[in-house]
Amino acid sequence: MAAVSMTVNGKAVTGDIEPRTLLVQFLRENLRLTGTHVGCDTSQCGACVVHMDGRAIKACTILALQCERAQVTTIEGLANGAELHPMQAAFREHHGLQCGFCTPGMIMTAVDIVNRKGNSLDEHTIRNELEGNLCRCTGYHNIVKAIAAGAQAMGHGLVAQAAE
Amino acid sequence: MYAFAYHRPTSVRQAANLLGKLDEAKIVAGGHTLLPTMKQRLAAPANLVDLNGVNELRGIERSGRSVTIGAMTTHAEVAESADVKAAIPALAELAEMIGDPAVRHRGTIGGSVANNDPAADYPAACLALGATIVTNKRKIAADEYFKGLFETALGDGEIVTKVSFPIPQKAAYMKFRNPASRYALVGVFVAKRAAEIRVAVTGAGQNGVFRWAAAEEALKKRFAAKSLEGLAHPAEGLNGDIHADVTYRAHLIGVMARRAVAAATDRE
Ligand SMILES: Cc1cc2nc3c(=O)[nH]c(=O)nc-3n(C[C@H](O)[C@H](O)[C@H](O)COP(=O)(O)OP(=O)(O)OC[C@H]3O[C@@H](n4cnc5c(N)ncnc54)[C@H](O)[C@@H]3O)c2cc1C
Ligand code: FES
Ligand code: FES
Repeated sequence: MAAVSMTVNGKAVTGDIEPRTLLVQFLRENLRLTGTHVGCDTSQCGACVVHMDGRAIKACTILALQCERAQVTTIEGLANGAELHPMQAAFREHHGLQCGFCTPGMIMTAVDIVNRKGNSLDEHTIRNELEGNLCRCTGYHNIVKAIAAGAQAMGHGLVAQAAE
Repeated sequence: MYAFAYHRPTSVRQAANLLGKLDEAKIVAGGHTLLPTMKQRLAAPANLVDLNGVNELRGIERSGRSVTIGAMTTHAEVAESADVKAAIPALAELAEMIGDPAVRHRGTIGGSVANNDPAADYPAACLALGATIVTNKRKIAADEYFKGLFETALGDGEIVTKVSFPIPQKAAYMKFRNPASRYALVGVFVAKRAAEIRVAVTGAGQNGVFRWAAAEEALKKRFAAKSLEGLAHPAEGLNGDIHADVTYRAHLIGVMARRAVAAATDRE
């Protein structure tokens, strides 16, 4: 076993884990943050996307020990209390989900796109940036619309941003 | 995934010592090839030596003649680097085409060249630009480095520390992606330097990345897409699978090569 400590959604957390524990397992099984999903074992689906030190990564393809002292944000860390993050609100408004399985990863990826590319995103950019997120339900169309709208809303600062 | 012990050195020397003394030790860099392989139990190292704490392996340096990239530099850092974009835009564009944003945030150039996947992108850039692979022990010319499928000139426990790319006069990379995996079905990197022209092909060869000599010869007369018209790559030695058979891959090599030369000559 090995000791690990990191900051998850603004809170310091520690654990005593087997070295082979993936970040996604640590989040789900140790911290009970089950919003981060696992949809594949080939690092291709993006259901597990979280932010590590401000960048979108696949939590299924990094060891928890590799996140020692890192700042991790999961889907649970986006909302401000009962108030949804603008990107979450946009997914609801634009029907950007059906079963919802891919949604946490989609939203974490979407916020990362905005962080890197700004608030005005065209369809081509969004589709290109979603290469690593698979959805089996929606056909992507409403996801793309939701992200464009969510990106705009984030720019207007309608809702206070969660700490990253 | 089988159990292993985890080590996090902070210098290349420490990493080399660990690799030398531990049994069945493997380096983990971005982990985007190794961890999926371990999950499938196709690799089961007893010890993992994580290079993420070794800061001397990060960063990009530009000199008058070359761009040198530390082994632990991520694909995203190369794609965003102002120095790479200015000196070798084709290399920044190639990095931007690897996988998806999350893969680019973790995957490293050192891991990519050490792994030498026959469908990986960086090997084509290394071979076409005449890069030098620098390790903790020596410098290896790209021509001597890529040895076959997942095979390189690296010895046991040898660590890639950086990759140095001479700045070309003109260069471009064109990739026909496998739409599911985003790896190259065929990728062609062309580079024109003062002394020579090189055309490197990835994704297509049975033995991994290779140079297309006939195209290099044809481009010597004039570096223009027209020079490649009518030139077809033979199907021998190419890889055929469910994604594309050998004739289709052979055809794609010609198409991607012409597009790459056109892109290189169109660049301001
Ligand atoms: C979904 C997905 C899509 C991808 N798409 C593409 C693509 O389109 N094009 C492409 O080229 N690649 C692609 N990749 C692969 C990706 O680029 C990997 O990051 C890369 O191949 C390996 O780099 P890494 O840093 O992750 O290495 P790791 O997985 O950590 O290591 C790979 C191997 O190299 C060894 N190694 C690592 N660093 C060093 C070093 N410095 N010295 C010596 N040995 C070392 C390790 O021991 C291991 O054997 C994709 C990966 C995924 C998961
Ligand atoms: S669960 Fe991480 S990419 Fe599919
Ligand atoms: S909403 Fe069901 S997988 Fe995307």
